[in-house]
Amino acid sequence: MTVSELGRRLAMALPILAISAGVARAHVDGGAGEAFLAGVSHPISGWDHILAMVSVGVWGALLAAPAIWVLPITFPMMMAVGGLLGLAGISLPGVELGIALSMVALGGAIALKLRPPLPVVMLVVGVFAIFHGYAHGAELSEGQDFLLFSIGFVIATGVLHLFGIGLGLAVRWDWGPAVLQTVGVAVGLAGLAFAWSAA
Amino acid sequence: MIRRPLLCLVVAAAGLACGLPAHAHMVSSGVGTVYDGVLHFLLAPSDALAVLALALFAGQNGTAVGRMVVFLLPVSWLVGSVAGFSLSPIGPTLPTWPSLLILGCLVAANVRLPGLAVVALAVVLGLVHGFLNGTAMAAAQASPATLVGIVAAVFMLVSLACAATVTRTRPTEQIAVRVLGSWTGAIGLLALGWSLR
Repeated sequence: MTVSELGRRLAMALPILAISAGVARAHVDGGAGEAFLAGVSHPISGWDHILAMVSVGVWGALLAAPAIWVLPITFPMMMAVGGLLGLAGISLPGVELGIALSMVALGGAIALKLRPPLPVVMLVVGVFAIFHGYAHGAELSEGQDFLLFSIGFVIATGVLHLFGIGLGLAVRWDWGPAVLQTVGVAVGLAGLAFAWSAA
Repeated sequence: MIRRPLLCLVVAAAGLACGLPAHAHMVSSGVGTVYDGVLHFLLAPSDALAVLALALFAGQNGTAVGRMVVFLLPVSWLVGSVAGFSLSPIGPTLPTWPSLLILGCLVAANVRLPGLAVVALAVVLGLVHGFLNGTAMAAAQASPATLVGIVAAVFMLVSLACAATVTRTRPTEQIAVRVLGSWTGAIGLLALGWSLR
């Protein structure tokens, strides 16, 4: 493309740029968008939450159906129960320790390829989800659009589970089980480190 | 060859001269009263999420139930909103989290109810949310035409979501619907927590 041709094309694009100019506003209210983004960023604000939620997805994928879809339903629901407790100001002791232990338990389950009955899996994941939800609920600040915050919060949690499920599906390849076991060990060790600092 | 860029520059200058007005306080959306209603519905997550959850639930309960809900929900929404618009000074303030929580859990659990029960849920949802819409529109001194936009948007969303659910027959797709329901229920639970704060 020659310089003159480039200039000609740029000149032809100018009318489009001119008519697509946005409206200038002096006092834009960013509250709604900010609340949604705050909700999205909350579950991904700490490695303890990220690793635990991804591990739920990985474990679900390793356990296959029906756990692969039951766990991503159980965790957000029970996490919302924890969030409700936190928002309502109900006391729950040992939250940070519970979060750290969730990483140890989930990482250990992945590393050791544990396959307990589904109700046991749901119970374990559900109990730990309460601690995660409580931590988020207790930390929320006033003045945000609660519904948009909640939508962002739940979507981000679900996406972390989906990421974990995607990761867990690597078990189908020859190298997959070894990699996932390594991931499990790493999550468990990280959980122990968090537990050490929380104790 | 040189004339065309010059022509473009002239057109660009004309476009710049016809710039849109700047609003300091966003007093109007500029799209008209009916589309104001459409935007109000689509940008109000409590209403849109509740309708989405109901559509998913109706779709899970089969085509015949879905058809009834698609037509009865907008009608009841219209009746509720007209009532709210007329009686706004005495309109109560109702929480919207119960509809998200109940419908979300029903979808997540894939509960099958008699057709009449699902239709009754749709009518109650339409009357309550429509009433709240009506009172809000009256308080904002909005045109009654806004209600038409809201009801049209309700019909559009419930039709599309219900049709999409009815036609999802693969197990993975049905699971996706249930996951969406669980997320809606979780949002309802969190909204309940916020109301208790």
